[in-house]
Amino acid sequence: MAVTPGKPASSGASRSPILGAVMFAPSVLFIVLLIGVPFCLAVLYAFSDARIGSSGLHFVGLENFRSILQSPSFRKALRNSIVFTLCAQAIVIVCSNVLSIALEKPFRGRGLVRFLILLPWVAPVSLGTIGWKWILDSIYSVITWVLVAFHFVKPYSAPMWLGEPHLAMASVILVHCWRLIPFSTVIMLAGRSAISKEIPEAAAIDGAGFWRTTFQINLPMMAPILSVAVLFGIIFTFTDMTVVYILTAGGPFDSTQTLPSLAFATGIAGSDLAAGAAISLFLVPVLVLVAYLMLRVAHRAEVV
Amino acid sequence: MAVVETRNLTKVFKQGELGAVNDVSLITEEGEFLVFLGPSGSGKTTLLRMIAGLETPTSGEILIGGQVVNRLSPRERRIAMVFQSYALYPHLTVYKNIAFPLKAQGVPTTEHRKKVEWAAGLLGIGKLLDRKPRELSGGERQRVALARAIVREPAVFLLDEPLSNLDAKLRASAREELERFHESVGTTTIYVTHDQVEAMAMGDRIVVMNFGEVRQVGTPAEVYDEPADTFVATFLGSPPMNLVEKEDVVVGFRPEHFFPVSVLAGRAAVPDPMRGADREGPYVPLNLRVSHEEYLGSERILYGAIEGGAFHGKKVISRMSSTLSVRCDPGSVHAFAVTERHLKFYDRSTGKRTAARPGPWR
Amino acid sequence: MSGPGGARKAAGKLLHVSVLVFFTGALAFPFFWMLIAAFKQNIDLYTVENNPFKFNLPPTLDHVQFLFTQTRFVRWLGNTALVGAIVVAITLAVAVPAAYSLARLTGRWGERLGIAIFLTYLIPPTLLFIPLSRVVALLGLQDSIFSVVLVYPSMTIPFSIWLLMGFFKSIPKELEDAAMVDGLTRFGAFLKMVVPISVSGILTVVIFSFTLVTQEFVYALTFISPEANQMVGVGVPIFLVRGDVYYWGSLMAACLIASLPIGFVYNLFLDRFIAGFTVGSVK
Repeated sequence: MAVTPGKPASSGASRSPILGAVMFAPSVLFIVLLIGVPFCLAVLYAFSDARIGSSGLHFVGLENFRSILQSPSFRKALRNSIVFTLCAQAIVIVCSNVLSIALEKPFRGRGLVRFLILLPWVAPVSLGTIGWKWILDSIYSVITWVLVAFHFVKPYSAPMWLGEPHLAMASVILVHCWRLIPFSTVIMLAGRSAISKEIPEAAAIDGAGFWRTTFQINLPMMAPILSVAVLFGIIFTFTDMTVVYILTAGGPFDSTQTLPSLAFATGIAGSDLAAGAAISLFLVPVLVLVAYLMLRVAHRAEVV
Repeated sequence: MAVVETRNLTKVFKQGELGAVNDVSLITEEGEFLVFLGPSGSGKTTLLRMIAGLETPTSGEILIGGQVVNRLSPRERRIAMVFQSYALYPHLTVYKNIAFPLKAQGVPTTEHRKKVEWAAGLLGIGKLLDRKPRELSGGERQRVALARAIVREPAVFLLDEPLSNLDAKLRASAREELERFHESVGTTTIYVTHDQVEAMAMGDRIVVMNFGEVRQVGTPAEVYDEPADTFVATFLGSPPMNLVEKEDVVVGFRPEHFFPVSVLAGRAAVPDPMRGADREGPYVPLNLRVSHEEYLGSERILYGAIEGGAFHGKKVISRMSSTLSVRCDPGSVHAFAVTERHLKFYDRSTGKRTAARPGPWR
Repeated sequence: MSGPGGARKAAGKLLHVSVLVFFTGALAFPFFWMLIAAFKQNIDLYTVENNPFKFNLPPTLDHVQFLFTQTRFVRWLGNTALVGAIVVAITLAVAVPAAYSLARLTGRWGERLGIAIFLTYLIPPTLLFIPLSRVVALLGLQDSIFSVVLVYPSMTIPFSIWLLMGFFKSIPKELEDAAMVDGLTRFGAFLKMVVPISVSGILTVVIFSFTLVTQEFVYALTFISPEANQMVGVGVPIFLVRGDVYYWGSLMAACLIASLPIGFVYNLFLDRFIAGFTVGSVK
């Protein structure tokens, strides 16, 4: 760097490391105390006999894990967590791709459409879910009413949307999809707009039609952003307990129980902090996997 | 190889506004390198994109190889295009980039390798087939873009300012490569640029455009030596042609035709046999008051104003080879002149070329 | 693109419109439904044979009135707003300097710390809520709104740092150098030069933090039991019920009132969040 009189040498926090550390310290404190420590505590509790109300803590080894692994509720919850997440993501990927293609080119009223489409994501989870609970009510469901009106279903023999195990599972997946499609769509739109206009034009001149351009050019180019959307979507579904808690409370008969909702039911409602902690620890492998994949995407992502 | 023709081609983007392209009719010659030259906004890129099929004309027809192609998609027109950014598919290797048009047009996979290697060989990028675009330099990317264009053996090549993204040094060698490429392949090529040096160097003919209209079509010599209007006259040539006005006439003369009188009279040492002819014929004397000079190594540029006479005070530029040793200090006045046959005359209101007017010029 | 054949174009357009109508309808329908239910008389609402799409009896403000006068809805809104404001303040105070120091920290450490911060965002509340419930109890904050005031910043700070880091990095260092040549200290340059320029980034953090507070469910449900101290996101689904009977009319009104304004504001800033999600990973 050329030396000119009066100009300070290269700047950087490294020049004033103390100031940098001071500015950074409070956030480290927050993160360590409210994320790091609880995480360690969760591990600790899982190996203990902690309960709400009692202040004692004794080491019990793998006892908690043994008992929850034998519990059918846990096995159902584990299976449900995986099934719900995968099903929801599959649906979301397809729908958000289709929707982002439809929203890509400007048209009259696009702003309003965007606002309406985003509502499921921007509204608080619990409130949207309780709206669905009313829509899926066993007696007063509007879906039932429409089906009856079209004579697909006999009146008074309404499907129990939230009361029959398979329908309940489908309902939970539906609400997750409903929430995530807007989020994914917006990310896809950002991804699409990052593709230079000349690439699809070059593809058109090269002779590629709509489908070839979409699947062989656009989607592969969007792969990094798509991955980010999918990975976030997986986290949002896999670690969510709100939808299940409000919609079905895990029922009927644990058929919609997921790991987080079971952890809550056991740990807080059931006062068994240790078992609850042990259950919630099963979230960790998936989180680690997702974190690893996200870092991989970050390394390989670029747009030429 | 085919001939591209446009008939009364017009493109209007917004109702009621001046069109981007206005009533353009032109026809290429087979195998020629035709340049669309103009400043930004002149409509040259829009014109190219309409020929490619990426924009729909508002009115008029486009013909390729004698066939009206207005309703045909880009793919069906058998054209190939190289974009300003090259538009290489970043997630595909060079091989797959070049093979993509073949795949898209249903050419059997067994034939791909042969054709790709032929195209790559033509451009000398055979070693790069396994690389991805982000690993290539600017010049290499241009070659890949050309290979991808030629692998389909198109009837027409369209190039949209492919050199403008390269840095100056690379531009010269890339330009030379394009010229050699055209010579070896011989396909009719339309090339869009705003750089008049590129246009002059590469074009067999140049279409000079401004505000969506064609101002002149001609060989480089024609548009440079006999510009059809004041726009063409000043757009080509750097420094631009001197234009001085008098009544309803604009008189133009190029800086390199504006010398000290001593040179014209043959009294100064001018070791320049090529310019012998310029010293013939009657000349118009114009005195120049020099304001400043630029010494560019091989030539000198003098900026100043005409002193006295009909054009007193008008700013002009002179350009001479450095081999002419004439001292021109700022503020000094010298006797300069222009040979009469180098004067061009333009109508003041329309800008169009008119017949020569006799003097007096003093 | 110029396309051949008018018929194909028309079919494409029809498909385009159908897709938009389908998705817009499916996604926005629940809110439309909330709107209807909020103003329908109970008799109308709870009669199975009635067409649910229209008002068979004239609409009523009873549910809304009930919501505002007979329930703690207003109180929940107040709690949420208060908590939101405090959490936003804490987040800004902590995340802005942290993001700045990280952004200016060149070299591998800056990169690594940035990634580490982002990864902490991936640790969900459903993993930490059990140990945190004990911590909150130990601190004596059980059932108080300050329990969540304490814990929510741990959710807002990581993402805010990540978002602001990108922002600060795009501000040229020369600006601060010029300020320091003019006589400011490094911290002064930060305060008087960098912060004012970054208003839009800071605003994004404000909106994000606030909406996160309104959206949160698990922690509020776990730490706060008494109805009067609850947040609106938990209060509405849990407390607008007597025994097993839901007050659907008021419930729907509450949902609508609580969702729409937040939704509206969030919508305005959505592009920036997406940039925060994606620009971070697509460097």
